[in-house]
Amino acid sequence: MYNDATNSMRATIIKTSVVLGFFALLAALLLGVVNLATVDRIQEQQRLAERRALAEVFPQTLHDNDLLLDTFTMAPDAPLFIQPELLQLSFPRQAYSGQLDGFFSGIILPVEAHDGYSGNIFILVGILANGQVSAVRVLAHKETPGLGDKIDFTISDWILGFDGKSLVNPRQSRWKIIKDGGEFDQLVGATITTRAVLDAVQRALTFFQLNQHQLANSINRL
Amino acid sequence: MALSTSNSKSNSNPNPISPDTRPETEAPARAESREIISQGLWTNNAALVQLLGLCPLLAVSNSVVNAAGLGLATIGVLLGSNGIVSVSRHRLSPAIRLPVFVLIIATFTTCAELLLHAFAIELYQALGIFIPLIVTNCTILGRAESFASKNALGPSLLDGLMTGLGFAGVLLVLGMFRELAGTGALFTNMDRLLPFAGNWTVRLTSSYKPFLLAILPPGAFLFMGGLIALKNIIDRKLDSPAPRQQDSTTSKRVRVTG
Repeated sequence: MYNDATNSMRATIIKTSVVLGFFALLAALLLGVVNLATVDRIQEQQRLAERRALAEVFPQTLHDNDLLLDTFTMAPDAPLFIQPELLQLSFPRQAYSGQLDGFFSGIILPVEAHDGYSGNIFILVGILANGQVSAVRVLAHKETPGLGDKIDFTISDWILGFDGKSLVNPRQSRWKIIKDGGEFDQLVGATITTRAVLDAVQRALTFFQLNQHQLANSINRL
Repeated sequence: MALSTSNSKSNSNPNPISPDTRPETEAPARAESREIISQGLWTNNAALVQLLGLCPLLAVSNSVVNAAGLGLATIGVLLGSNGIVSVSRHRLSPAIRLPVFVLIIATFTTCAELLLHAFAIELYQALGIFIPLIVTNCTILGRAESFASKNALGPSLLDGLMTGLGFAGVLLVLGMFRELAGTGALFTNMDRLLPFAGNWTVRLTSSYKPFLLAILPPGAFLFMGGLIALKNIIDRKLDSPAPRQQDSTTSKRVRVTG
């Protein structure tokens, strides 16, 4: 009797395990098929999206190389560079350098702002070889919807205010929002956010100035 | 083979068995599907009556495009999971029923995520964590457990579709109200979902003052409450053409459901 009971229990366990295993296999199979069917397209789309984002920051007329290929990793404490902490990166990110006719024409630097209203603000700054900002875009942020989120280009064109600016234009004492006696528009109700982004762009420019030669030669070292 | 040929002939030369049974099974089947449709879309609406799947519903309904994207993904997962659960309902012992359901739902959710990533990458980025979170939408497990595990494939698929449409409909209406109130425009960024819909944006006035609350999470609760109230009002109107005395009883019944 006792043996029969354990036997039937064992049979049940084996049977349910087999059924469960069968479903797991089926699920794995389905996922595998869908993954195979989409993996190329996903990679392609990911690259396109990245390229679109880069093209916004660094106009295609100013480089004739593939930015996605001439890239290098910017570590938070990159030993090759002077004061890498200026970029305040919380993890290694990609930087992209542009070339035109074989000469360095500019760079796209990742930079973070940790003093926004909520969470870190991830920013890409395009800088031309002469130290001018080509464009700035916010990649990710958690600023207040309706107020601070206007730093996002899909929501407002405030971020275009940086185009063409450099460390000497305006001069350093004017690299502030109007409220603080500077030249840059602030977003109504989002002074903290605006200050954070402004400061991040200025830090990126400073980093570029300090490391101009290393950055310009970064292509050759690849 | 012999059976199928005799069946095809029976169109012209009625077989005594099938015509007799058919009307009997078809009539209840039609009534049953009507019941499934009305339950899924209205009477037992997942979002308005059962209040299931509120987390994605409230979080993603801040614009029409997000609502439509998540609604479609949810319909797809519901259809898939209801179908597979129904087909395999006789093979599942109680011990492994739930794990298998979760496995099936997670599989379809991952498929939906991969497809969205491949074919609507901007929407995929906008919806973010809420695509994988479809797994935790209780509506889907609820339908698998309470309907698909007890019914044949056809009704289960219909139930999945209708429940999904009911959920997506509420999501869409909520998205429309919130986007309109919050930004003064409708259908912004629709090209994230439909590549040809880039110029669908409708703007009420150029000088609309954004009503922030509508887009923020509290706005979702407010508008959701409004929708539930609206549904109850409509139900009451539909339910009681008769004297007003019945009002109290009907309203109670509507709220208790689910």
